[in-house]
Amino acid sequence: MVRTNWKVFEEDYWAINTTMKELLGNSNSTSVLLLDKTGQLISSVGEEPEFDMHSFASLCAADFEANAQLAQLIGEKDFSTLYHQGSNESMYLARVEQNIILVVLFDKRTTLGLVRLRVKKAVDNLNVVIRRLYDKLEYENEELTESEFDEEFAAEAEMEIDSLFSD
Amino acid sequence: MSLINYSSREINVKIVYYGPGLCGKTTNIQYIYEKVSPDTKGKLITLATEMDRTLFFDFLPLELGKVKGFRTRFHLYTVPGQVYYDASRKLILRGVDGIVFVADSQQSRYDANIESLYNLHENLAEYNLNLDEIPFAIQYNKRDLPEIISVEDLEQELNPKKFPSFEAVAIKGTGVFDTLKAVAKSVLRNLS
Repeated sequence: MVRTNWKVFEEDYWAINTTMKELLGNSNSTSVLLLDKTGQLISSVGEEPEFDMHSFASLCAADFEANAQLAQLIGEKDFSTLYHQGSNESMYLARVEQNIILVVLFDKRTTLGLVRLRVKKAVDNLNVVIRRLYDKLEYENEELTESEFDEEFAAEAEMEIDSLFSD
Repeated sequence: MSLINYSSREINVKIVYYGPGLCGKTTNIQYIYEKVSPDTKGKLITLATEMDRTLFFDFLPLELGKVKGFRTRFHLYTVPGQVYYDASRKLILRGVDGIVFVADSQQSRYDANIESLYNLHENLAEYNLNLDEIPFAIQYNKRDLPEIISVEDLEQELNPKKFPSFEAVAIKGTGVFDTLKAVAKSVLRNLS
């Protein structure tokens, strides 16, 4: 296949989560989410939101992408951060590496200035982890994927699909 | 571009419904949303205009359950069909794992189908992709309407490479799951 599947391994996942938890604590925000530009949720920490996080992630990615297009129209490469202010809850989105977006949800217990400051540091840390992950994907050990996704996986997946998608 | 998380043991894959305006892409997703059991589906997001035309996309997350210990999710997206929303279509195709092309069988929409399929090829090419390497199926929708094109003619014009194709009446659910199943299975088979 030409495309590289995007995978997160154990070690990287915990490194990502540690940074996200630090950010959650030192920015006093309510939730921190990490997603990729296709709208897939990679990880989340903090208060469990009441909304559907996967739908939320897809909209965040769309939001970021739509703004990137706007940026290009006015002659910018993209907007590396976005801020949405609500009367109670606000959101701050920041680009991590090329394909990853960090989303911070916060309320009046903190300030935009503090969130912005802490996000900057967290993005630097996440960049290191994500770059390491990309390197790993480039030189990925074939055995790792082959052992997990074999014929048995395909057969089991087909059975599940048949039972989920039926009139 | 599926996301496989080995730590939380999750797989997310993205399937996009493509096709000309008013061909029934949203109708497909709505039927799926109504029929799958509540514990397997997330919130259906629809970014539509007041006229019920898709403005940006529809999105439906579905949870397949565990496959060999991996929690597997499908993210279904539709693109806006109208010609002038091409920027949105391009964005939604980013990272696509499987595509359903919904064709409108009505004679009056013959050119619109061809134009939309051509547009799909063009937009995939921007991501260095082509339909030979992505799980793909065609759905011939609105088979219950009068003045429709025969399936043979549609196949000849839209499907010379003989990708899996299905006749459908999406508003009644006919053919909706058959189409989705074909692409979903092919996407997961691609992982193995």
